[in-house]
Amino acid sequence: MSSVAQKKGFGATLWDWMTTVDHKKIGILYLAGGGFFFVLGGIEAMIIRLQLLRPNSDIVSAGLFNEIITMHGTTMIFLAAMPILFGFMNAIMPLQIGARDVAFPFINSLGFWMFFFGGLFLNISWLVGQIPDAGWTSYASLSLVSEGHGIDFYAIGLQIAGGGTLMAGINFLVTIINMRAPGMTYMRMPLFTWTTFVASAMILFAFPPLTVGLFLLTFDRMFGGNFFDHTMGGNTIIWEHIFWIFGHPEVYILILPAFGIFSEIFPIFSRKRLFGYPAMVFATVLIGFLGFMVWAHHMFTVGLGPTANAIFAVATMAIAVPTGVKIFDWLLTIWGGSIKVTTPMLYALGFIPSFVMGGVTGVMQGAAPLDYQLHDSYFIVAHFHYVIVGGVVLGILAATHLWWPKMFGTMLSETLGKVTFWFFFIGFHMTFLIQHWLGFWGMPRRVWTYMDGQGWNTANFISSIGALLMAIGVIVLVINIIITTVKNVRVGNDPWGDGRTLEWAISSPPVHYNFAQTPLVRGLDTYWIEKSEGNESGITPAEPIQDIHMPNGSIIPFFMTLGMFIAGFGAMYRVETSWGLSALIFGLVLTFVSMAVRSLQDDLGYYVKKDEILRDLKRKGGRK
Amino acid sequence: MDLNKKFTPETWPDHPERATLEAKNKFVGFWLFLGGETVLFATLFATYLALKNKGPSGFGFSTQELYQLPLVFVMTMLLLTSSLTSVYAMYHLKNYNFKKMQLWLGITALLGLAFLMLEVYEFVHYVGEGFTFDNSAFSSAFYTLVGTHGFHVAIGLVWITLLIFRNSKRGLNLYNGTKFYTFSLYWHFIDVVWVFIFTVVYLMGVIG
Repeated sequence: MSSVAQKKGFGATLWDWMTTVDHKKIGILYLAGGGFFFVLGGIEAMIIRLQLLRPNSDIVSAGLFNEIITMHGTTMIFLAAMPILFGFMNAIMPLQIGARDVAFPFINSLGFWMFFFGGLFLNISWLVGQIPDAGWTSYASLSLVSEGHGIDFYAIGLQIAGGGTLMAGINFLVTIINMRAPGMTYMRMPLFTWTTFVASAMILFAFPPLTVGLFLLTFDRMFGGNFFDHTMGGNTIIWEHIFWIFGHPEVYILILPAFGIFSEIFPIFSRKRLFGYPAMVFATVLIGFLGFMVWAHHMFTVGLGPTANAIFAVATMAIAVPTGVKIFDWLLTIWGGSIKVTTPMLYALGFIPSFVMGGVTGVMQGAAPLDYQLHDSYFIVAHFHYVIVGGVVLGILAATHLWWPKMFGTMLSETLGKVTFWFFFIGFHMTFLIQHWLGFWGMPRRVWTYMDGQGWNTANFISSIGALLMAIGVIVLVINIIITTVKNVRVGNDPWGDGRTLEWAISSPPVHYNFAQTPLVRGLDTYWIEKSEGNESGITPAEPIQDIHMPNGSIIPFFMTLGMFIAGFGAMYRVETSWGLSALIFGLVLTFVSMAVRSLQDDLGYYVKKDEILRDLKRKGGRK
Repeated sequence: MDLNKKFTPETWPDHPERATLEAKNKFVGFWLFLGGETVLFATLFATYLALKNKGPSGFGFSTQELYQLPLVFVMTMLLLTSSLTSVYAMYHLKNYNFKKMQLWLGITALLGLAFLMLEVYEFVHYVGEGFTFDNSAFSSAFYTLVGTHGFHVAIGLVWITLLIFRNSKRGLNLYNGTKFYTFSLYWHFIDVVWVFIFTVVYLMGVIG
């Protein structure tokens, strides 16, 4: 485990990535895995828009269209947006708090593999030809009657991936609670760390209901359960409640880290500390809390009654208050700053109006009587794409440009970055702005096609062209990444020149133990403080140079997850095939034996010796 | 961390379960995990309450006729006592008395095993009466809630058995001290869940 770069064969490199417990490498794995599924979900989106380009189109059949919209939603939420955000949390958050790794490196690796195998499991449904088709919400009245194994792929795949998410959430929480550097009090934590903290707490309380819901669905479909079947005394509304008790917090789990990313970008490129830091923290926590109180606003038209609807309507609108606080804090951070319009800053500037529009339509839907009109129309599609794309995806793209140098040691091209931004930004508004009106004009969501002469043709045409522009933007980003990687121009610690938080004080990418000496944190934006006081090293050390304890890599997480993956197939095919039951048993045994091995083996980690640290410092000035 | 470091009751830290950073991480992480587990069981409880006594038309089972309180009372006593014995084990953990800790953990496991066997007996009995998992929404919800708890007990038994045998030869150290401690947290948690099951499922089912 030397930090000296050596030429390694393909097998050794692969083994290294499969066994790594280094949070920076796992961050890159998450980014790669999430990026892959993002492209997959994007292709699905393009097919949707192609089908809706013209009326009476039959490029895809009605059944296939249902499958594509289901997979598009599920993939984008569970397998693209969340893992990519986890990638940044993994790669950056420990650096921001001055930690050398996360609290549970082994579980971190396990969480990644569960996400990845869960995603593979879900998408293998394409190869089998039995694809989930009940929407990403998979309402039980639809999902129970869906034929084939499509919904089973959904339930088991998300079960595996969701378990990984829960582990990642606990891991981030404990990391932030226990592993902050000396002086890094809660109220000195960078906003991205804060939002990671709150989003992780939300994961902890939102994902268990999803686990239960998916188990109940699996039981109903595969093991003779009757939870949602009204002929057997079941109740299909229970699924809707359980799903949205998870599902609503989920959207805040996605947007809060994006808020955190923008809260890093505005101060850096306005060269001014974040306006209203305590208000920002309070607003984040408040949004996290209120996020659990509003799930039934997805169910206004179910018929829960005026009292329930009124309570949830008021709670929903209340969330606009802390969100508004954030918007004003960002604006006042820019106000009077010395602004540099870099690619990340462009995304941040574009984010504010886009997200505000999504927020305003959200409050409109929060008014329960109006929601009866808007429900299941294209207005809803427009709304949630404005918050998810206008908020989360812009945040992800901004973070990609902002932290690329820290994660990979090279700088993405600013020119191509701006090209990506304009294509994506214009395309995004073109696609989704017009959909608000499509909703008003009566076009229902999730329809496979529409008749000519209803006044929807032009709007749908504009929308589809916008989607094409977004796709061009993403392709330019991919080209940018390839060019940057091939050129391989290395950058210094603080490539943007105005970094404020600890991650910019160390080399890009950091050595595997991150900090040669644990830093002493002297205030909010501690690196900025050191720089402004003329400290060349950028860090005030809190300890002498000494041996550093690091965790061992392990292949066990891979096999543990492989076991679940195999068991999932076994459970699904246990009735109609001869191998199903044996696969189920084999998979479970593999998982439990891996767990037992992990439990019985003493894994105490190892020490990076003082000499090696000194050598690293001399060689590349790891402290500079 | 040095596994061979020898302690005496005097040098053994007051809180061995969080004496090192790794231990502290496990300690906090496990508490958070139990928070997630609480939500998981809460969801199952809510589902059960919504589906209690619900079945297809002409459904013949109700909580009043089905549940037998004497059996459930014995199960409750066994599990509550096992919680007490695990506290004794933790007392000896803190006082660096490995032998007695192992003894009380062994008793805890035996009580847990007795509980689990009675639960299996209960389920077999119900199935014998025709109250099968696929019989109705009520039966699905009942077996899922109580069965998930039983599954947790089973996992706990495997866990503590592995711990007892794995460490039988080498005594206590700061590495395995946390493992024993988190087990006891887990054991208390499933005990608390059972108290709720006893109240919400059985007492409210028969009396309420």
